[in-house]
Amino acid sequence: MSGNPEPLTPRAKLAVTAGRAAAAVSRAAGRGSGSVIGGRVALRLDPDLLARLAAHLDVVLVSATNGKTTTTRLIAEALRGTGEEVVSNALGANMPAGITSALAGGSSARFGVIEVDEKYLATVAQDVTPKAIALLNLSRDQLDRAAETRMLAERWREGLAGSKAVVIANADDPLVVWAASSCANVLWVAAGQEWKDDAWSCPSCGGVLQRPGEEWACGECGFRRPAPSWALSGDHVLDPHGSAWPIRLQLPGRANKANATTSAAVAAVFGVPPQVALERMFSVTAVAGRYDVVSYQGREVRLLLAKNPAGWLETFSLIDPPPAPVILSVNARGADGTDTSWLWDVDYGRLAGHPICVIGDRKLDLAVRLEVAGVDFQVCQDAEEAVRRCPPGRIEAIANYTAFQDLRRVVGN
Amino acid sequence: MSDSSLRVVWIYPDLLSTYGDQGNVLVVGRRAQQRGLGVQRVDVRSDQPVPTSGDIYLIGGGEDRPQRLAAERLVRDGGLQRAVDNGAIVFSVCAGYQILGHEFVNDQGERQPGLGLLDVTSTRGTGERCVGDVLGDVDERLRLPQLTGFENHQGITHLGPTARPLARVRFGQGNGTGDGTEGAWNDTVFGTYMHGPVLARNPLIADLLVKLALDVNALPPVDDRWYEALRAERIAAATQPA
Ligand SMILES: [Zn+2]
Repeated sequence: MSGNPEPLTPRAKLAVTAGRAAAAVSRAAGRGSGSVIGGRVALRLDPDLLARLAAHLDVVLVSATNGKTTTTRLIAEALRGTGEEVVSNALGANMPAGITSALAGGSSARFGVIEVDEKYLATVAQDVTPKAIALLNLSRDQLDRAAETRMLAERWREGLAGSKAVVIANADDPLVVWAASSCANVLWVAAGQEWKDDAWSCPSCGGVLQRPGEEWACGECGFRRPAPSWALSGDHVLDPHGSAWPIRLQLPGRANKANATTSAAVAAVFGVPPQVALERMFSVTAVAGRYDVVSYQGREVRLLLAKNPAGWLETFSLIDPPPAPVILSVNARGADGTDTSWLWDVDYGRLAGHPICVIGDRKLDLAVRLEVAGVDFQVCQDAEEAVRRCPPGRIEAIANYTAFQDLRRVVGN
Repeated sequence: MSDSSLRVVWIYPDLLSTYGDQGNVLVVGRRAQQRGLGVQRVDVRSDQPVPTSGDIYLIGGGEDRPQRLAAERLVRDGGLQRAVDNGAIVFSVCAGYQILGHEFVNDQGERQPGLGLLDVTSTRGTGERCVGDVLGDVDERLRLPQLTGFENHQGITHLGPTARPLARVRFGQGNGTGDGTEGAWNDTVFGTYMHGPVLARNPLIADLLVKLALDVNALPPVDDRWYEALRAERIAAATQPA
């Protein structure tokens, strides 16, 4: 144990105590875990609290459009392989208040593994002086309120310039490469990029990117894919020495293998060898309900979260093949983004051959989308009816953010 | 592909496809195919020349920087103007709509020339972004049912004398000029701020483009059940904003 060499100031201690009290009140009132409100109260009493709490930790920050919660879990498990205690915002509260609250709960920890919302990465990185930063991907998400993806990359680029952290970044995502290129110390990971439609335009000069095979390069300014030192290759992680380590995960899909590869590279920065890191990652099953298989009305339903076009694409590649029945649910509430146009960026033609039931607030948008894609579907009133109408077999239920929370509630997850 | 197939050209998906704009391409193609027409879809990236022999050209929305790059490349290319001179039909959305006008204000705050295919001029609004469901009455000359769409823009577009408003809004902002107009058209070139995508919400506009391209007055009916259900829901949503 590294312990806590610099005890918190009285003001910071008071802030932590006040934050815990506020969180407890919020929990008692039935308003969730209370971690965000607790963090807000604490930060108001001591604005430097986040920096103070992080000062005695070796911190790694994880940010991305997709996969940051899962990767945070995988890295946390890998670092537990050292025998040291790890503190993490495992519940996905990833803005400064939630992060503060999570760190306040881990006074004897040595490592802090922190998921950060894309918009807050630069400020949190300045506060906590991380030892490592993992950057997975950037793509379109919640268009009616989030910033343009390139603007996010620009904010990362400016905010991380001069950072002393080791940045572990996806060499296959041009926006991530551009964001990370301002840092002195980068480990490039060939983690793949299935969704490419936010990266045809050079983030540096606006030229058209040429993308033959895995490589990519701007025809105008020469901005190109850096040579990776770590790579995902099939079911293996290739380390910088060229050794291949098998990936064994209970989480499905290519995207999670990519997350495991990045996590192995991060773990190595903290002295955990790939085989130890990857073995520990096997213990991760569901992440905040995602990938969970639940029994509901005598059926097995796998819960899959897909918040944006890149997420839907990765999800289609991991579901059971036809004739596995599929339930699709889409809402357009505040947290989802209120514009449903993104449905047309998703290639629903890939679901041909699956029996499909659609539900959710915006089931009629989905119905028109599927009609134009030329695939058969049924529109159902709710999850209960959809499950009842599905033919035999495990059901793959894919939902966007609030639709996923609705689904978890209905099936009792 | 036979020579008789309908050529649907999608302009610059690498720059202008931020708001599900592929949907407009898919809806036009699907509805033409349902009428037994052959469809040839041509996606033109911004480093490729715009073909001049297309029947219907679609151009979508995008963020400010891609809009500037797209306008520069389209003006330099000249293919879309030649296609319009040949009688092609053009349907444009949001950033693409602004690019078809005389000028717009780009990401660097400068007035930038567009293609001048529509008699409109766009500026950037200083107020709140226009975001939400829109309901409007389409120009009566087009004999179409009500326009439903989703708007998400800060631009303001003023119409000159040779452009007619595509619709008059009942709910929502449209062109943002405060006069209730939404979009613009001039016989063969159309522009709108509506997402949704707009042709999925208004399939009869997609049919209109096909009819204009083929120079026919009518198309065989298709099953519009799900489109009608979606339209009814979104029209109700526009009239009772949350
Ligand atoms: Zn370039």
